Amino acid sequence: MTTLTKQPGPGLAAGGPQKPRKRGKTAAEFRGTGDLKIALFFIAPAMLGFVLFYLVPSIRGIYLSFTEYSILGDPEWIGTRNYERIAKDPLFWNALGVTTQYVIINIALQTALALGIALLMHRVAKSTLVRGALLMPYLMANVIAALLWFWMLDYQIGIVNQLIEWVGLPRVAFFGSEQWAIPTQALINTWRHMGYTALLIFAGLQAIPNSVYEAASIDGSRAVSTFWRITLPLLRPVLVLVLVVTVIGSFQVFDTVAVTTAGGPVNATRVLQFYIYQRAFNEQDFGYGSALAVILFVILALVAFIQMKFLRGNQSDLD
Amino acid sequence: MTTTATRPADNRRRPFTGNRSTGNRPFNWRRAIAWVLLGVAIAVSILPFYWVLRTALSTNGSLAANSTSLLPADFNLGAFKRVFGLQTAEEAIAEGGSGASINFWQYLWNSLLFSSITTAGAVFFSSMAAYAFARLRWKGRDGVFSLFLGTMLVPPIFTALPNFLLVKNLGLLNSMLGMVLPYLFMTPFAIFFMRQFFLNMSREVEEAAMLDGAKHWRIFFQIVMPNAAAPIATLALLTFMGQWNEYFWPLLVGTTEETRVLTVGLGVFKSQAPQGAPDWSGLMAATLVSATPVLILFAIFGKKIVNSIGFNGTK
Repeated sequence: MTTLTKQPGPGLAAGGPQKPRKRGKTAAEFRGTGDLKIALFFIAPAMLGFVLFYLVPSIRGIYLSFTEYSILGDPEWIGTRNYERIAKDPLFWNALGVTTQYVIINIALQTALALGIALLMHRVAKSTLVRGALLMPYLMANVIAALLWFWMLDYQIGIVNQLIEWVGLPRVAFFGSEQWAIPTQALINTWRHMGYTALLIFAGLQAIPNSVYEAASIDGSRAVSTFWRITLPLLRPVLVLVLVVTVIGSFQVFDTVAVTTAGGPVNATRVLQFYIYQRAFNEQDFGYGSALAVILFVILALVAFIQMKFLRGNQSDLD
Repeated sequence: MTTTATRPADNRRRPFTGNRSTGNRPFNWRRAIAWVLLGVAIAVSILPFYWVLRTALSTNGSLAANSTSLLPADFNLGAFKRVFGLQTAEEAIAEGGSGASINFWQYLWNSLLFSSITTAGAVFFSSMAAYAFARLRWKGRDGVFSLFLGTMLVPPIFTALPNFLLVKNLGLLNSMLGMVLPYLFMTPFAIFFMRQFFLNMSREVEEAAMLDGAKHWRIFFQIVMPNAAAPIATLALLTFMGQWNEYFWPLLVGTTEETRVLTVGLGVFKSQAPQGAPDWSGLMAATLVSATPVLILFAIFGKKIVNSIGFNGTK
């Protein structure tokens, strides 16, 4: 769990930055002094990690994006030329398109399924066993999920294609056809995340007081309209948070692509992060790679901002 | 965001039951259908794991002819032997392996080291920082905390490139130290997680100790940390599993046989596919071996892990 931008880390459900609460005074306050010295002692290791591996690299990353740099030798300042090249780079635009396609399929499927599962759990089963079973795929590494499905979806002897043929449909080249490669990647990640996302939404469902449903029921509200008019709106803050985190994570898809299709067939799965990896580490073009990474960062920030803005994620209708 | 796809059963079955479900009918259609649908979701989640096991216990030669048999095709442990380097190259090739040297004991050990060291460091140092953010009063505290929290929003690849250069310049490529360094001192999530816990912890004991003249470091190690054993265990568990599954950074920094972790080793094993058909049973055995430690942790601490999902900072 490097950072939580990747995929929803456990615990983001209703977290987010919070204002520190006002508390009773500490002994230090009674004495009228601050704790700066002792605080420095406590925070020193974390601060070291923050500065060395987050702050400085962020600045250096932005700097490198304005340079020509192939690991050997020194970075050479070339102004905005990397960005100009990116604007005309068909592979970048392809990567952006492919990644967007992946995000849309993945998020739509995953959220719809997770919402469905959460509602089912809310209705019939809340046991730890059920939740545990649904959580299993999420606990596996992306690489494991990728290889597992690489085998199950194999064109020749994969069980899924055997079933498809048995039903009477033509076999599908899940990883081998340009048309299917991205939906397949999205399916793998949907499989890994749907249970986890369902548990997050389920936690949100449980926070809706029963009295609200009872009131709706007394007013004669039908189940479907209760869902659309009450459950969904009250669930909105949780849904928005889940969406923001999963969308950001989805944009950074890499592992499953790297071990299965490696960008292919042709350019069908050359997603943004995989393209960055190739430019920086296979072609030793660190300046260009850094510029691509900056663009990815900006895209993520924009997407998160727009989602929060338009879905009013920080307001609850419960109050 | 469409939800219609997941709700047709409700709509269709409505006429059979009342709108307001009032308790104990002899047979409740809607409940039954909900159970069936939930059962499908559970099956989709866990059955693939059985298929991995079944394939790992099969031989490559028999897989094609028995691609739908529910039991292992020609039951045999060769795939696991191959994964742990217990077969000679000739034996491996005869059973459909690539014959390239592969040693998952080494990868298993590397994964264990990588995950344990980073977890221990990150949890400990993050707890210390979280204490300073939750309990101590100092100028700039909230600003620094926001800054730390902000790193959660930075995509890993953005810092991975410069971090790779840093580790390379330090001469730490392909060393365990280089692999663990970026995670060793903190993770933003760990700080956030522990701070939430400390904020909600009762202050009474600490204040009593402080009036007795105890210093902060003593209070932290002797009172606060022991009292925080439960959330620390949860955090350690989550961090460990996250690190165990990490792929991108170890792929950049640990590329030699001596430093490769399991996830990276799996990728290499897959790419060594022999001519013709891939070594499916070997690959699935390797996958299972990689998943086993997490499965064991889940078997032991399942409840703790499941309950941590949806953690909202107050529990």
